Amino acid sequence: MALKKIGKQTVRLEAPPSIIATSSIVGPKEGQGPLAQYFDTILSDDLCGQKSYEKAECKMAMDSADKAISKAGIQKEVIDYMLSGDLLNQIITSSYTAREMGIPYFGLYGACSTMAESLSLGSMLIDGGYGDYILCMTSSHFSSAERQYRFPLEQGTQRPPTAQWTVTGAGAAILSREGNGPYVTHVTTGRVIDMGIKDANNMGAAMSPAAADTIVQHFKDTGFEPKDYDIIATGDLAAVGKELADDLIKKQGYDISNVFTDCGIEIYDSKKQDVHAGGSGCGCSAVVFCGYFYDMLAKGLINRILMVSTGALMSPTSSQQGESIPGIAHAVTIERMV
Amino acid sequence: MNKNMTEAEKKKKDYQQIVKQKSPKSALFKNCVLAFIVGGIICSIGQFFSNLLTKWGIPKDESSIWVPIIMVFWGAFLTGLGVYDNIGKYGGAGSIVPITGFANSIVSPAMEFKKEGYVLGVGAKMFVIAGPVLVYGIASSVIVGLIYYFIR
Amino acid sequence: MLMDYISAFVVGGIICVIGQILIDKTQLTPARILVIFVTSGVILTALGIYEPIVKIGKAGATVPLPGFGYALAKGVMKEVTEKGLIGAFTGGVKGAAGGIAAAITFGYIMSIIFNAKTKK
Repeated sequence: MALKKIGKQTVRLEAPPSIIATSSIVGPKEGQGPLAQYFDTILSDDLCGQKSYEKAECKMAMDSADKAISKAGIQKEVIDYMLSGDLLNQIITSSYTAREMGIPYFGLYGACSTMAESLSLGSMLIDGGYGDYILCMTSSHFSSAERQYRFPLEQGTQRPPTAQWTVTGAGAAILSREGNGPYVTHVTTGRVIDMGIKDANNMGAAMSPAAADTIVQHFKDTGFEPKDYDIIATGDLAAVGKELADDLIKKQGYDISNVFTDCGIEIYDSKKQDVHAGGSGCGCSAVVFCGYFYDMLAKGLINRILMVSTGALMSPTSSQQGESIPGIAHAVTIERMV
Repeated sequence: MNKNMTEAEKKKKDYQQIVKQKSPKSALFKNCVLAFIVGGIICSIGQFFSNLLTKWGIPKDESSIWVPIIMVFWGAFLTGLGVYDNIGKYGGAGSIVPITGFANSIVSPAMEFKKEGYVLGVGAKMFVIAGPVLVYGIASSVIVGLIYYFIR
Repeated sequence: MLMDYISAFVVGGIICVIGQILIDKTQLTPARILVIFVTSGVILTALGIYEPIVKIGKAGATVPLPGFGYALAKGVMKEVTEKGLIGAFTGGVKGAAGGIAAAITFGYIMSIIFNAKTKK
């Protein structure tokens, strides 16, 4: 009998771990967005002085990890595990970052759901008594993702209005067994849901059924209601997907529209910045959480947030073979006080 | 089990229908107007070079070879400068369909994959799109030639 | 002279609009569009339909990708007439050799000189 599990998919952490520090680093475009003031570092050049965009992404991830560690005021040697994932094939950003860090490392792949996935697993490791400090991080880079999933940068293609813009950014959070919060109190692990959407230019629509499923299940498992939350934030559903998810959740009898937002919508100014439906990528929910939401929690502007990172689990190969896009969403409840 | 399957299928179909309704459509008319203008301009530039060559006294069968060469050069050059993708953003098919777009489809992956080396990066990736075009173009021309040989 | 430009503009524009409709309505990728256009250029030329379009549109019909197919098909038929069966294999590439060689060479040179820039 699993003592800490409540309901079908949720874990209630007995000794909620504290997020003692976060850091965020973003590219120039994100730095022109409305959340600019919340990010630790805004790059002026998204090549980061490196030779390739893959190396640049790695540098970004390294810097954000270092920054989070120094903000936490700890030595990296005391960190028990590093949990990290990214979008590139064989999660090279994470593994090459781990190579430099020298911390015991679990590589994760949850596409853009990685931030919540790493926080979920990290919290469970701490609550289980397997570590004192855990580094949870993820990153994405527009230019490295674009050429892997879509087209070369200089190819003259048109993006449809449902397309999303991969966020260039890396976020890192340090979980600790002891600390003054904010605390991770609940973890709802998502199921893979596929409603048969095949259009890789409409990822929000592919992921929103998974987001709706996880959010509704979270309410059922915990007994929370939408009004218990100050913010319910999905990762990167963007404009189209958020509206769809809102409707799907309403159909199940929960109205979250008052507290519902999406990191992909928050990060860019959709009127001034040419991003079509909004942002996407692992970095999207990572930097919006580690920058914006964490700041609001720390300042006491909000008390409880449900962070629902959403991921699309397809690859260029599966797309070319005509497979539809499976979605996943992981949710973590983060509270200022327990 | 079978009934369950169909119910799940139906749910999927319904959702896909909703997605179709809720997703903003590409502005087809506006895109077509832009494609017409951009494509038209590129072809007129081709016509300009054709007329210029004729003026210089180059015979027609030779100038019809020169024009694609010149256009390919400009397509490749503008791609290198980082201009062609911006034309494509507005022009859509207007900049994809002309032979300058073919050049763009060669240079853009070649440039991007330079970091993976000059043989398997540049050399191989330049044919990601151009390769299929040559395969289908040349193979169909051979078939046409064979048929033409027998029915001529 | 002016007529040349107008007809090139209109014919070229129409061919591109067909491509745009295919992209927006069918979600075909640019690679498929280009393949379809070249192949249909070859077939339409073989059927004798594309030649009149070239007569009217001039560069408006030869600059778009069906014009590449036109060069392939015209080359192959000419070579078959002159050289017989072997022409079926040599004629097409010969007809489009200029464009192909230029695309490969300029493509290579440009990708060596320039680097991909990130999008803003």
